[in-house]
Amino acid sequence: MATKVEQQMVPLNGDEAVALAVKQSDVDVVAAYPITPQTIIVERFSEYVANGEVDTEFVCVESEHSALAASLTASLTGARAFTATASAGLALMHEMVYVTAGCRAPVVMAVTNRALSAPINIHCDHSDAMAERDSGWIQIWAENAQETYDSIIQAFRIAEHKDLLTPVMVNLDGFFLSHTLENVKVLPDEEVKKFVRTREFPSVIDTEGKQVPFKLDPNNPLTLGPLDLPDYYFEHKRQQEEAMHIAPRIIKEVHDEYAQFTGRSYGNAFVDAYHMEDAEIATVCLGSAAGTTKTVVDYLRSQGVKAGMLRIRTFRPLPVEDIVKNLEGMKAVAVLDRSNSVGADGGPLFHEIRHVLYGTRSHAPVVNYIYGLGGRDMPQKTIHGIYKDLYETASTGKVKHFVQFAGVRD
Amino acid sequence: MTQQPKSWKEISPAGVCWKPATDYHTGDWRTFRPVKDPTKCTKCLLCHMVCPDSAIKYNKQTMGVEFDYDYCKGCGICANECTAKAIKMVKEGGE
Repeated sequence: MATKVEQQMVPLNGDEAVALAVKQSDVDVVAAYPITPQTIIVERFSEYVANGEVDTEFVCVESEHSALAASLTASLTGARAFTATASAGLALMHEMVYVTAGCRAPVVMAVTNRALSAPINIHCDHSDAMAERDSGWIQIWAENAQETYDSIIQAFRIAEHKDLLTPVMVNLDGFFLSHTLENVKVLPDEEVKKFVRTREFPSVIDTEGKQVPFKLDPNNPLTLGPLDLPDYYFEHKRQQEEAMHIAPRIIKEVHDEYAQFTGRSYGNAFVDAYHMEDAEIATVCLGSAAGTTKTVVDYLRSQGVKAGMLRIRTFRPLPVEDIVKNLEGMKAVAVLDRSNSVGADGGPLFHEIRHVLYGTRSHAPVVNYIYGLGGRDMPQKTIHGIYKDLYETASTGKVKHFVQFAGVRD
Repeated sequence: MTQQPKSWKEISPAGVCWKPATDYHTGDWRTFRPVKDPTKCTKCLLCHMVCPDSAIKYNKQTMGVEFDYDYCKGCGICANECTAKAIKMVKEGGE
């Protein structure tokens, strides 16, 4: 067991925790544009720059499309790059989100999850990040400010691993995490710097047949992401899928190494299973809703109900084996979606959990609750109601509705 | 171009080019080939300047022009612009 380092407890909200983690991670370039509820991240970070606390190049761009374009190109030159956004900002980045993943630029981006317009809404839901789920980015979803801080630091190591070179999106629930003050344990600067290391580059073959480092360098000119017709595009997309297959090994390695010297771990790095060992009914969720749900599970356990909860931490790559292992023995499962795939009969998390369980020995009914759109609160009462429905489903085997909306006025 | 296409395991990530663009002989695309009538050509070099593919080379010795059929796509701009009507577009495989 490695010795744990001395850490300081600091009151920070989620956004401030991100800014501090980025400051400590020795980032070379930050290009960002403010958007609620992400604004505090770039606001704090620009203060660090103005005060000379970091030597980061801060690029004030004119839009989010440019923010990611600048971050990805900086990253391709070998720099460590970071950006942050939310909602409409992420939607405006959409083209560049795919380009970043396709160029294998290990950018780290914080997404402070917020609803998409219209009607306009600045509060939390997951529709912004869900629109990017197929883009080829690793997605980590944090439950609280502490996990946000820890995940950002881990994200640089994961993204930049030379076998992986895949951008990482760290999601934190808008306002619930971004603007809520928490006690966050903070590492000393030099410990973070030591942990994130400096970037390493795999070698590639250039047009003269020479082995050169995979980065843009005037001394070894390379062409990246050029026209790729039907003869090779498919092969490059297949490579990205392969990166996602090796990602779990790297995510686990980084998470466990971090746990050793900080004393903090998040489930097994992929899923956070709460009282799942002997559970008969369970909910599955992402993000901050897990905190409230855990309280409800505690209460149900005190009443003798075998309830559990599974929080998905890495939505991409989807931890298929962990989901099956935890859910296949259940009598009933409810998936909580903070976004809706309009017209698809259920939310995106629901579809994926059901797809993973198909063909396994699980015969449990899997139902879906769409909740909290546009920042609608999800109180313990609502979660109690969901577990009550689940309990009934588990005992009768009957499902009244597969997809329901929890907390909407009927 | 006759090389066996590589698998995803053999190629660099992100579409990094492992051979120069000049290895692609875009002249393969051509349907009509420009042919110069040396008796009409005034060596004004207008065709050399208007060729979008830099496929009309200036020859210092002859002080005239030569077509590089490896890269000429047969667009016909040279024939259209030639003031001396010295360039004819001839169907490939025709004559």
